[in-house]
Amino acid sequence: MRTDISKINESTPYTGLTEGLQIFAGGTTKYFNTGEWRNNTPVFHEDKCKQCLLCAPVCPDSCIPVIDGKRGEFDLDHCKGCGICVKNCPFGALEMKEGVN
Amino acid sequence: MNEKIEIRWHGRGGQGAKTAALLLADVAFKIGKQVQGFPEYGPERMGAPITAYNRISDEVIRVHSNIYHPDYVVVVDETLLHTVDVTRGLNPAGAIIVNTAKSPEEIAPQVAPYNGKIVTIDARKISEEALGKYFPNSPMLAAVVAVTGIMPREVFLKEMLTSYEHKFAKKPEVIEGNMKALEMTFDAVENK
Amino acid sequence: MAIRERMSGNEAVSYAIKQINPDVMPAFPITPSTEIPQMVSNYIANGEIDTEFIPVESEHSSMSAAIGAEAAGARSLTATSSAGLAFMWEELLLAASNRMPVALALVNRTLSGPLNINCDHTDGMGARDTGWIQIYAENNQEAYDNFIQAYPIAEHPEVRLPIMICQDGFITSHAVENILLLEDEPVKEFVGEYQPEEFLLNPGKPVAVGPYAVSNFVMEARKNQLIALENSKQVILDVAKKFAQISGREYGLFEEYRTEDADYIMVIMGSAAGTAKEAVDQMRGEGHKVGVLKIRVFRPFPAEEIAEALKNAKAVAIMDRAESYNGNGGVLGGEITSGLFKKKYMVDCVNYIYGLGGRDFTVTNTMEIFHQLSDMVENGTEVEQYQYVGIRN
Repeated sequence: MRTDISKINESTPYTGLTEGLQIFAGGTTKYFNTGEWRNNTPVFHEDKCKQCLLCAPVCPDSCIPVIDGKRGEFDLDHCKGCGICVKNCPFGALEMKEGVN
Repeated sequence: MNEKIEIRWHGRGGQGAKTAALLLADVAFKIGKQVQGFPEYGPERMGAPITAYNRISDEVIRVHSNIYHPDYVVVVDETLLHTVDVTRGLNPAGAIIVNTAKSPEEIAPQVAPYNGKIVTIDARKISEEALGKYFPNSPMLAAVVAVTGIMPREVFLKEMLTSYEHKFAKKPEVIEGNMKALEMTFDAVENK
Repeated sequence: MAIRERMSGNEAVSYAIKQINPDVMPAFPITPSTEIPQMVSNYIANGEIDTEFIPVESEHSSMSAAIGAEAAGARSLTATSSAGLAFMWEELLLAASNRMPVALALVNRTLSGPLNINCDHTDGMGARDTGWIQIYAENNQEAYDNFIQAYPIAEHPEVRLPIMICQDGFITSHAVENILLLEDEPVKEFVGEYQPEEFLLNPGKPVAVGPYAVSNFVMEARKNQLIALENSKQVILDVAKKFAQISGREYGLFEEYRTEDADYIMVIMGSAAGTAKEAVDQMRGEGHKVGVLKIRVFRPFPAEEIAEALKNAKAVAIMDRAESYNGNGGVLGGEITSGLFKKKYMVDCVNYIYGLGGRDFTVTNTMEIFHQLSDMVENGTEVEQYQYVGIRN
C-alpha cells in the first residue's frame, strides 16, 4: 500500500490514489511553497538584531531558522508574509516591504 | 410436556417479574428446552405495570412477537387485577397463578368472565417464613413450574440448588431459605 | 465443540467481543445497547480481556475515538443505538472515507419523535448512505455469529471499511434465547490478530490520515470507497464460508426460506423474519405457496441478487421497519423495486411499513399480508401499494 506520493497529482486516476487518500510520508508540507501566496515580504536587518529570538517562535510557518542559538535569513519559500514577526521585534530589526520580494 | 407453552407475567416495575421470567427460561434451558424469556419494555418506572413473557418448547423458537394467547398467566402483584386485563387471551385449558393470600374462589369474581383454573399462592407468607424477607420471585417461579409441570419437582429443585450455589457463592446462608421457599410453594400448590 | 447456552442478544454480542478481545472500546451508554459496554467493562474489570475501555462524554466522541484508535493501529469498536448513532453521523462518514475497519454493535431503536425507546430500523436506515457495511440479525445467534465475522470482513485488504452489526432493540437484545457459542480458540484463530499495513504509531513509516482533499480528489476517493464496498460482497460470502467450517452455520447475503416455488414472497429484515417464517410454515401446511426472503446484508445492497430471487414470484411484500418520507415507500421498497426495474423484471410489489417504535409484528400480520397479495393477484382486488401494517383508521 505504501506509495510514492510524489507521483500522485491532480490528474491521477482513481486507481492510482491511496486508500482513504492517506499520505505515506512525513513532513510533506515543505513540498508546498506557500511563499508563493505572499503579498508583503519581511526584511531582516542583521545589524539591528540582538538575537533575542522573540521572532522565531511566533512565526506560524516556521520560516525563521535558528541555528546554534542565532536566527538566520527568512525561509521565503514558505513565508506567507503575515508580519507577526515584525510586530514582535522590539529592536526594529524586522520590517515589512510591499511586494513578493 | 411435548409442545410449546406460552406464559405471560404481570408485575410492577421493580418487583422482579422480568427476573422471574428470565429465571424460568434459565431453568427450562438447563433441562434441555428451547426457551425465550423477554420483557415488554417501556421507560423504566418503579411500580408501573410491566409484562414479561416466556416461550418454552422442544423445538427451535423463531417467533419474535409478544404473546397474545398464553397458556398460563402469572400475576405477581394482585393489585394489578383491578387495573390490567390479566386474563386477556388466556387459554381456558391453562391457568392463572396469582400471588395473594386469598383463595381461588375469592379471586374468581375479579378475573371473570375467565372461568378456567385459578391457582393462588401466598408468596409473601412463604417468603417471609422461609427467607425472613419479602422476595416473591422464588415462590412465584416454583408455583409456575408446579402448575405447568414443565419439569418434575425433584429436577427443578436440583437445578435451582445448583444455580443458587453459583449465584450466592458469597452468601451461602441465603441458599437454604430460598430452597425452603421453593419446597413450601410446591407443597402449597400440590395440596390445593 | 459448540457450547450450549442461553443469553440475550446483548450478552451474545458482548461474549463475542470478549472472545475477540479487541484493542480499544470507546463507548457512551444509550438504551437498548447500554448493556454491551457495561458487560465488556465487566470482562475488563475481571481481567478476562485487556481491551482499553474509554468512557467518553458522547457518541460523537466515541466514534471519533474509535477512528483515532483504529488509525493508530488498534482494532477498535463501539456500541450504540438510535440518537447515539445519529450523534455519530459526521464520524460515520469519516470512518468510511478514512477506510477504518471499525466495528459497531448497533442495537436498533427508533429515533425521536415521538420520543420512544423501542425497536425499529430508523437509526440503521438513517446511516445507509454513510459507506458502512451493515449486517442485520434475526436473533441472538445471528448477532453473535455476525459479530465474529465482522473484523475478517472489515479488515480484509480488498475492503478496509467500517462495519455495523445490527440487531433489533429489546426484541433480541433483551430476550434470553438458546444459543450455540463457539469455543475461544477457534474464534481467536478465525478472527486473527489485527495487522494493518499502515498505521500512525509505526516508527519510521510516517502516514497522514484524513487529509484535506481538494475537489480534484473527492470523486476519485468516493469511487474507491464504492469499489471497496462492492468488493465486500464477495468477502462477506468467503468469510461466511470459512465461518461455516468452524460453526456449521451457513450465511449468505440473504436467506431464502421456502421461496423456491413460492408464488408470494415476503422480504423482511431483522427479528420479524423469524415470525414471518413461522407464518410461512403454517400457511404451507394449508397449501399456500409462500416464502420469506430475509435480508442479512443491507450494505452493500444485493439488489441484483434479490431481483433474481424474486423474479418468479407472482407478488412480493416488501417490509420496511422505517419510514423514508419520499412518499413512494420505505428504503427497502425503493431499493428492491429499482433493482427489479433495472433487470426489467415486472413483479408486483406491495410496500408495507411495520413495527415502528416497537409495534409488535405477529404471525397473524404476516398471514394477512400474504392473503392480501393473493387476493390482489388472483381476484384483482385493488391493494394500497404503500401501507402501514395494523394502523388504526
